[in-house]
Amino acid sequence: MSNPLLEIKNLKTSFRIGEKYYAAVDDVSLNVNENEVLAIVGESGSGKSALAFSVMGLHNRAKIEGDIFFKGKNIANLPTKEMNKFRGNELSMIFQDPLTALNPLMEVGRQIDEVLILHKSNMPKSQRKKYIIELLERVEIPRPKHVYNQFPHELSGGMRQRVIIAIAIANQPELLIADEPTTALDVTIQAQILDLMRELKDDLNSGVVLITHDLGVVAEMADRVAVMYAGEIVEIADVDTLFNNPQHPYTRSLLSSIPLLDDAQDKLHVIHGIVPSLKHLPREGCRFSARIPWIEEDAHEEQPTLHEISPGHFVRCTCYKHFYFPDESKEDQNHDVAKS
Amino acid sequence: MTLLKVNDLKVHFPIRGGILNRKIDAIRAVDGVNFEIRQGETYGLVGESGSGKTTTGKAVMGLNNITDGEIYFENELLNKGSKVNIRRDIQMIFQDPYSSLNPRKRVFDIIAEPIRNYEKLSKQEEKRRVQELLSQVGLSPESILKYPHEFSGGQRQRIGVARAIALKPKLIIMDEPVSALDVSVQAQVLNFMQELQEELNLTYLFISHDLGVVKHMCDRIGIMYNGRYVEEGTKEEIFNDPQHIYTKRLVAAIPDIDPKRRQDNFKFREQVKDEFTNSYNDYFDEDGLAYQLKPITDTHRVALPERG
Repeated sequence: MSNPLLEIKNLKTSFRIGEKYYAAVDDVSLNVNENEVLAIVGESGSGKSALAFSVMGLHNRAKIEGDIFFKGKNIANLPTKEMNKFRGNELSMIFQDPLTALNPLMEVGRQIDEVLILHKSNMPKSQRKKYIIELLERVEIPRPKHVYNQFPHELSGGMRQRVIIAIAIANQPELLIADEPTTALDVTIQAQILDLMRELKDDLNSGVVLITHDLGVVAEMADRVAVMYAGEIVEIADVDTLFNNPQHPYTRSLLSSIPLLDDAQDKLHVIHGIVPSLKHLPREGCRFSARIPWIEEDAHEEQPTLHEISPGHFVRCTCYKHFYFPDESKEDQNHDVAKS
Repeated sequence: MTLLKVNDLKVHFPIRGGILNRKIDAIRAVDGVNFEIRQGETYGLVGESGSGKTTTGKAVMGLNNITDGEIYFENELLNKGSKVNIRRDIQMIFQDPYSSLNPRKRVFDIIAEPIRNYEKLSKQEEKRRVQELLSQVGLSPESILKYPHEFSGGQRQRIGVARAIALKPKLIIMDEPVSALDVSVQAQVLNFMQELQEELNLTYLFISHDLGVVKHMCDRIGIMYNGRYVEEGTKEEIFNDPQHIYTKRLVAAIPDIDPKRRQDNFKFREQVKDEFTNSYNDYFDEDGLAYQLKPITDTHRVALPERG
């Protein structure tokens, strides 16, 4: 098998608070292959965006330990000048909020031109303009010649996000990192943008890291899913397995807390407690244990690791074997286990 | 019993220009909206950004002037011309719990503010009321001296709720109350709002673009597009039997949680998108506006053109 496009090994990204460093991404390892969408799911504070920013080298003052191999080359802690050869070229990013990610004082065309000037300096100006208009067409912006000279505020949210995507794909990146690409958009626009991203991925054969908290988006887009909690991956599996046979208590809790369209639950599941802040993350034992206090302590491992329970399906800690929701009785659970 | 009745509501914002800064045109944010909310129900108002759903909510609340129409609350006319009276019976919960609470005020002052506007209480009584309200929304009464930043997102939204119920309102307008929250916190707030509704016999006007949440919370739903209603019906009618092409498109756009249906959903969406483009002129008039609503059952109204 060929090498993965992106290989993250034991990545630890720490931020300084006061005198000490606290790890927001704590010993994360994962791979992304060509033409694959890996979704990273988690709530705010789970470290998913910190992970993406680490790969792109966008953290200013964070301490980054571990390795990030992009096509076999270690890009962790690469100097800015070196990193700039990758960024916007082979490696690019789609940001969450299209209004703040674009320069309000620069026409759309010129903003796209910037990445071309940086990475395709030998292309003459007229050719660049032609290419940019093609790009705008590619992301389905109507009247691209007109939009070329418009400012971001003249465009709607969906159109702005298309411009961001046009910038991201301008140099046909091999790896695209999308950080909540549709969170700021309406549902119908979201559906269009997701369809567009899927098409582009197939065309360019690129790998995509999709960061989101929206499980619906994950189910629509991802090939594989990594669930993050408190800086760690707690479960990783292919998308069908994750939705049909979730194992980690956190994944199961998340799935039961969203209002579903096709069945009418009376009450949504509420995860006990709150997401711990970076400074107060439990660094020992199972980090999720405080959120499921009704599970006995000896169900957790002392040093929870990821266990491969079926090919490609990893679950952290042993507590998943003993987990049940507080409103189902423990006997039911044991019965189920005995059956299977 | 009808609690709120909105009759042909119009809210237009002027566009000014020229040398004399005269009104040259208007943005028709809300353009002829009719609906009724019954006592005790949760009414969902759904639409994309720019559809006029928030402006409608704000108009009922008295936060912007109206251009035309009437708003009745308990059969009493709320507006005199363009001014809408502010009623203590109608309160609002805002979208973003991070920006709708004054960061420099303590929780005590935030919650006491509406009480001070309407009632004269002694310091002692005021404190007791605020503490009662805090425990009602599940926060510890000791937290009255804290500042908003000391709370998590879900807790902040509860502070917003405590402020909204301080005057024992009958109608609460919720504008995207959970959009800024994580799913697990969202579940917490939604469950809590349902419990509170039963406890205090509240009526909700629930404004949202998230159809999953709307389906979970609402009894009846109105769908807005470009300042007008395109469809109104019970939850079942809207989700199982959408009639207007825009409603169909909106329902089709919701991401499905089952990855196995991904391909089918994609095809279905493409199909609805084509139908939307092809039949746009059948459902909207030459200005791109929806037609007047016509009843097709007792509860289901759809904006369809005159036939024949």
